[in-house]
Amino acid sequence: MTTDAPVISAKNVWKLFGSAPEAYLKDMPAGRSFDEIRSDGYIAGVKDVSIEVARGEMLVIMGLSGSGKSTLVRCFSRLHDITGGTIEVEGQDIMSLSEKELIELRRNKMGMVFQSFGLLPHRTVLDNVAFPLEMRGQDKHARRERALEVIKLVGLEGREDYFPRELSGGQQQRVGIARSLAIEPDIWFLDEPFSALDPLIRREMQDEFLRLQQLLNKTIVFITHDFDEALRLADRIAIMKDGAVEQCDTPDQIVLHPATEYVRKFTEEIDKARVVHTETLIERGLDGEGDPVDASASVQSLAKLLIQDTRSAIPVAKDGTVIGAMQREVALGILVGTE
Amino acid sequence: MADTTAISANPPMSRSRLASLLVGLAILVTALQYLGFLPAALHRLPEALVPDFARYLDAFFNFVKDDLGLFALTRWLTGLLQTVLDTTANLLFGKRRWPNLGPIPWTAIAASMAVLGYYLGGWKMAALVAVTFCWTALVGQWKIAMQTMSVLVVAAPTAFIIGLSLGVAAWKSPAFNRALKPVLSVLQTLPFFTYLLPAVIFFKVGPTAGAVATTIYAIPPMILMTTLGLQKVSPEVVEAGHMSGCTKLQLLRHVYLPSARTEILVGVNQVIMLCLAMVVLTAFIGMPGLGAKLLAMMGSFKLGRSFEIGVTIVLLAVTLDRMSKAWVVKQPEHFERGTPWWKRHIALLLGLGAFVVFCIVAQFIEVASEIGRKQSLSVGKELDTGIKWFLNIEWVKATTGFLRAFVNVQILIPFRNFMLSIPTPAFILLITAFALWLGGRRQAITALIFFSLVALSGWWDRSVITLYSVISAVSIAMLLGLPIAILAARTEKWSQRLLLVCDTAQTFPSFVYLIPAIMLFGITDIAVIFSILIFAMVPLIRYTIEGLRTVPPEVIEAAEMSGATRMQKLVNVELPLALPTMAVGFNQAIMFAFFMVIIAAFIGTQDLGQELQRTLAGTDLGKNFVLGICVSLMALTFDLTILKWSSDRKKMLGLEE
Ligand SMILES: Nc1ncnc2c1ncn2[C@@H]1O[C@H](COP(=O)(O)OP(=O)(O)OP(=O)(O)O)[C@@H](O)[C@H]1O
Ligand SMILES: [Mg+2]
Repeated sequence: MTTDAPVISAKNVWKLFGSAPEAYLKDMPAGRSFDEIRSDGYIAGVKDVSIEVARGEMLVIMGLSGSGKSTLVRCFSRLHDITGGTIEVEGQDIMSLSEKELIELRRNKMGMVFQSFGLLPHRTVLDNVAFPLEMRGQDKHARRERALEVIKLVGLEGREDYFPRELSGGQQQRVGIARSLAIEPDIWFLDEPFSALDPLIRREMQDEFLRLQQLLNKTIVFITHDFDEALRLADRIAIMKDGAVEQCDTPDQIVLHPATEYVRKFTEEIDKARVVHTETLIERGLDGEGDPVDASASVQSLAKLLIQDTRSAIPVAKDGTVIGAMQREVALGILVGTE
Repeated sequence: MADTTAISANPPMSRSRLASLLVGLAILVTALQYLGFLPAALHRLPEALVPDFARYLDAFFNFVKDDLGLFALTRWLTGLLQTVLDTTANLLFGKRRWPNLGPIPWTAIAASMAVLGYYLGGWKMAALVAVTFCWTALVGQWKIAMQTMSVLVVAAPTAFIIGLSLGVAAWKSPAFNRALKPVLSVLQTLPFFTYLLPAVIFFKVGPTAGAVATTIYAIPPMILMTTLGLQKVSPEVVEAGHMSGCTKLQLLRHVYLPSARTEILVGVNQVIMLCLAMVVLTAFIGMPGLGAKLLAMMGSFKLGRSFEIGVTIVLLAVTLDRMSKAWVVKQPEHFERGTPWWKRHIALLLGLGAFVVFCIVAQFIEVASEIGRKQSLSVGKELDTGIKWFLNIEWVKATTGFLRAFVNVQILIPFRNFMLSIPTPAFILLITAFALWLGGRRQAITALIFFSLVALSGWWDRSVITLYSVISAVSIAMLLGLPIAILAARTEKWSQRLLLVCDTAQTFPSFVYLIPAIMLFGITDIAVIFSILIFAMVPLIRYTIEGLRTVPPEVIEAAEMSGATRMQKLVNVELPLALPTMAVGFNQAIMFAFFMVIIAAFIGTQDLGQELQRTLAGTDLGKNFVLGICVSLMALTFDLTILKWSSDRKKMLGLEE
């Protein structure tokens, strides 16, 4: 994770659906709620969202169906023209891009996996995967090589000549993934990319994306309904409701300190002990004695130790050096669910 | 929006009351006429008041033709088209023109087409193709069939390209689409004679004019299907295209058009079928081919030969239809890895192989190349005697004689005279009331304007006779067709069978429907009605069955559980729910009837068709258009009204299209 300027920076972004959204937004009094906007005949797909995504970060977006996750991501990639606010990608306001610049940006920097795949029905698996390369004008031989490579990566070897309708849902989804892998974009938008996959392949794919992200410092915006998946992947999680981002923070903070009632409800069912890491629990001014625990360990993984230990403060160490200490009491509270 | 609120604000009562008021007024005017109190000027528009639309139009056409230089343009196009047509003519039936290679032996064409049939639809299709082409050759009609085909193979692709481009343009630009829509609906209701005369004037008599008329006639559905298909492409596929960095052109070529494949191919099917229907009709402007031969044979009452040509036309139509439909449903399939090249292209290779082999064989064996008049197996004479014998059987003769005498004299002619006796204003009021009652205010105003224009055209009496033929034929078609359809809809098996028959019958070019009519009733009014009637019955039956079969099963079960008898179920549940769909069939029946009534003018009638046909002989472009537009206006009035009713009704019943 590097700290230079954010890759994506959205400020007060609005996306309204309706007959004349721009004019409506301009005259709309501030603080109008989702339902009020709807009674005016507009749907707030994205409602006053400000968010930044850093280089090399994996941001996971969660929220109920219809909360505007896909719409927000489509705004980032300018598949939707936003109604208000600004979005900058690598310092460039994407609404000011000309068509040609936009095409260049998409060809060279961005990739997307679609919720319902978006495969071209008349092209074989191979041709679908090679499609973005073809659009870039790569020669036939090179794009075939590359396409075969990623098809193998997603485990569809031997089905290169199949047509989408000859594949199962999960296989189709993997074609969509392969298509976006083929160009290895710097900025990746993944809209529920693994929803149709079985658990085994899903895990493999998650690992693959994690590997790519760490190896090549990719920036990824990932939508999912699956909390486990989010926890495995996320640097930060953004929780959306009615087009607005309710909270955007690390998983630990979200479960420990939900910003709104909605977020609290949303995360209620989650076993906090699995989410919270000891690093989060470090309290200032506290000193611990004895063997430290690892900063990246979850409370749950330390269950036995926490119960058997008798110390009131336990030191926490990162990469071998102690960086602070946590209260055993607090950790125990999380473990048994009273926190 | 405003429309629906207006309707719900004041309940339908007031609309129907206004309609009854109009009907009452019409009856009053008619009664006055019968009592002799009505001034003549109110019965029919006085001649002096009729504007000379024909002359204005002529002036306009002359302006376009000469001053705007359209004539020069079309002459240039004629030259171009002529060259292409000469080439196909040479290849298919050996017209002495460049490239001087033809004619291609019939066996070679038949064999390679059969392979194409196999590729598209398996053995059955191959057999159908083979039977069609062998029959055509064996009865000695190969050459005239190829004359027809030589125009078709030029007109259909041209119509396809123009239709596709206009369809894309209409989809891109909503403004263009809005401008195009009304033009298309007029084009689709304009009688075909109106396509023919301008074609003759601007593009010379013969194949060129035939090709132009055929092309223009086939374009509208291609435009509509293209636009429809492009609008239906899934947005996510398009977005995937965007994210792959497609430029606009790449998006159209690699994403939109291939994804709209199905609709575009349905359009191709319609283009081919309309081209075939029209190319047969170009006989009226002297295009040689199957149509011309049929016209000549029917004219000289050679029923046996007419019948044979009819069979050829029907076989060709069915074959072309089935083949293009098979293409629609044929989806690409993958080959196993490592399939050798020749196996991937087996159909192409076989087709080429068969073509070459038969071309060589034909060099040595005469009949493989051409079947002469003497060698053909035509049984026209024998059929003639057979038909004469059949018609002379006592009961057949008695039936047709009775129909001719009774139905004609007792029902049809009095009905016609009655319609003619209604004063023009009363007639217009009746039609307006009908449109108001079924459609709504907008439809009523349209009806009023359209029929007033017909009255102003000066061809009122002939228009009424046209309408009389349409109404009587469609009424009889309903009397016969509805019970058949309702009976058939009771079982799945019979529904399927009858739908297949209808599907097939709908592909027949309208012209062949004249053959049985003339056979049975000779050249009489009743033959006209009969030919319209069978033509119009097809959509009626088809949509009635479809409407009845698509009534949701839960609703029927609910009715059964309420203890409804079969009849109660039919009357109270099935028919009301099927009615909107049936109305679409009814509408199509009326459109078909308007189309057929013009063709039936060939038998000899006193309606607009007859007059239209007469204009073909001269250069009365203005008059031709006035007549054509009269037909179009009447047809459009019904079309707009009935379709509005059907869609309103569907919305009300919560049935989505
Ligand atoms: N093109 C559009 N036109 C009108 N409304 C739209 C459009 N696209 C999305 N919406 C509306 O915007 C809202 C957010 O939709 P979105 O697809 O972003 O939801 P989502 O969070 O991705 O849901 P899911 O989890 O089901 O994918 C929904 O209410 C939807 O109806
Ligand atoms: Mg979504």
